[in-house]
Amino acid sequence: MDMIMEISESVFKPTVEGDSPAKMDIKNLSVYYGKFRALADINLSVHEKRITAIIGPSGCGKSTLLRSFNRMNDLTPGCRMEGEIYLDGENVLSPRMDVVNVRRRVGMVFQRPNPFPKSIFDNVAYGPRLYGIHRKSDLEGIVETSLKSSALWNEVKEKLNQSGLSISGGQQQRLCIARALAVEPEVILMDEPASALDPISTLKIEELMQELKKNYTIVIVTHNMQQAARVSDYTAMMMIDEGRAGHLIEYDATNVIFTRPKDKRTEDYVTGRFG
Amino acid sequence: MRKNFEAEIQQLKDELLVLGSMVEQQILGSVDALKKRDMDASRRIQETDLQVNAKRYAIEEQLMIVIATQQPMAHDLRLLASILEVSAELERMGDYAKGIATISIRIGDQPLLKPLIDVPRMAQKGVDMLHRALTAFVNEDAETARSIPAEDDEVDGLYTQVYHELMMFVIQDPKTIERANWLLWVAHNLERLADRVTNICERTVFIATGELKELETSNIKK
Repeated sequence: MDMIMEISESVFKPTVEGDSPAKMDIKNLSVYYGKFRALADINLSVHEKRITAIIGPSGCGKSTLLRSFNRMNDLTPGCRMEGEIYLDGENVLSPRMDVVNVRRRVGMVFQRPNPFPKSIFDNVAYGPRLYGIHRKSDLEGIVETSLKSSALWNEVKEKLNQSGLSISGGQQQRLCIARALAVEPEVILMDEPASALDPISTLKIEELMQELKKNYTIVIVTHNMQQAARVSDYTAMMMIDEGRAGHLIEYDATNVIFTRPKDKRTEDYVTGRFG
Repeated sequence: MRKNFEAEIQQLKDELLVLGSMVEQQILGSVDALKKRDMDASRRIQETDLQVNAKRYAIEEQLMIVIATQQPMAHDLRLLASILEVSAELERMGDYAKGIATISIRIGDQPLLKPLIDVPRMAQKGVDMLHRALTAFVNEDAETARSIPAEDDEVDGLYTQVYHELMMFVIQDPKTIERANWLLWVAHNLERLADRVTNICERTVFIATGELKELETSNIKK
């Protein structure tokens, strides 16, 4: 009877939180810039091989939260983090943690495509070389696999020696994704990955994300509500309080957030009443 | 920021109320024409049903445009999806009125098997429930919407009464079977109308709470 009553879930998003184990667990995370508290007590589970979107009005700390996941905030002077961020049970924020290794396991793609002023091949081979892979045949294999995974291979395979800056913006962004994939990360962080792209390139990135989530855990920050609704499985809604510190106000399956959010502020934000 | 969108939603609600009052008039008019044996009025009911259908399609079309252009979320999405559902319910209720008009025309100049007393009561009660359900719907008043389905018992009670009376006629004189059947059909249409009011109430609760489930009428259907 249940089989008849329920809709098969295979092509649909999960409707309840927690259908896959947590890849990353954020516990009571607070981030300070000097004395200013930018994030307050964030608790969040990032599920494995799912896409988690972080949404919220400008300045609510979405990017700060994302950059905490692989300790990119360490690079900001005066930045201090409290709490724990577990990656497969290991605390990323522990002083004993090898930051370089964290950033290999948790890769990042930025808002504006930022290929190095090098050839397409060297852009993708950059990370593997850094980690000590130098044999040409090995590098060729990695470059091809990464470019195929980022759905760029067919467009650039004849011009791997051309500059990474010579291709279109959408292609550059997929090149940056290939560069992130080349070091075999487990989690990919995307900070507004399509906001500088035209609609077709945006769609390609979104489709690519659906492919990538078969093998990777993805967290995306986006201002585009439709994009969050389209691509993500889970959505975290953030807002600032009176002290201007960012809070996580609601976290649930994307299906729930965009059809029947529990928090009035989420409702107001996703329906365009503010933000 | 949402001024235009709000205006579009309000317009759709207004159009839905117009459709609702067309259907209310059709139901009351069809029973009245049956009772008075007014063939012209019954034919007008049949013709007006085309307008009811057209109105429903117009609402549906406009609603699709709003969904496509405004990409509604959360409460807005639930509201728009529910307007689509309710407009379909109203159109089907309109079909019941048309069905009653058709029966009236089929009966033609034969006398009614019995004077119509409970049937107009059923129509009046059903339309009254419909009117309040639609008001609650556009006001997104879940509390009122939850209270209306229980009133369906009254309509069901009248239906049972009509049924038994008609069966008595049939038992006493089997030749009355066709005329009894016609009136039973009318009563059945009105009983279904009240059932559909419950569907509208369910949508109102859904808009307000996000919960989509059946509202219980006080007795389980016999």
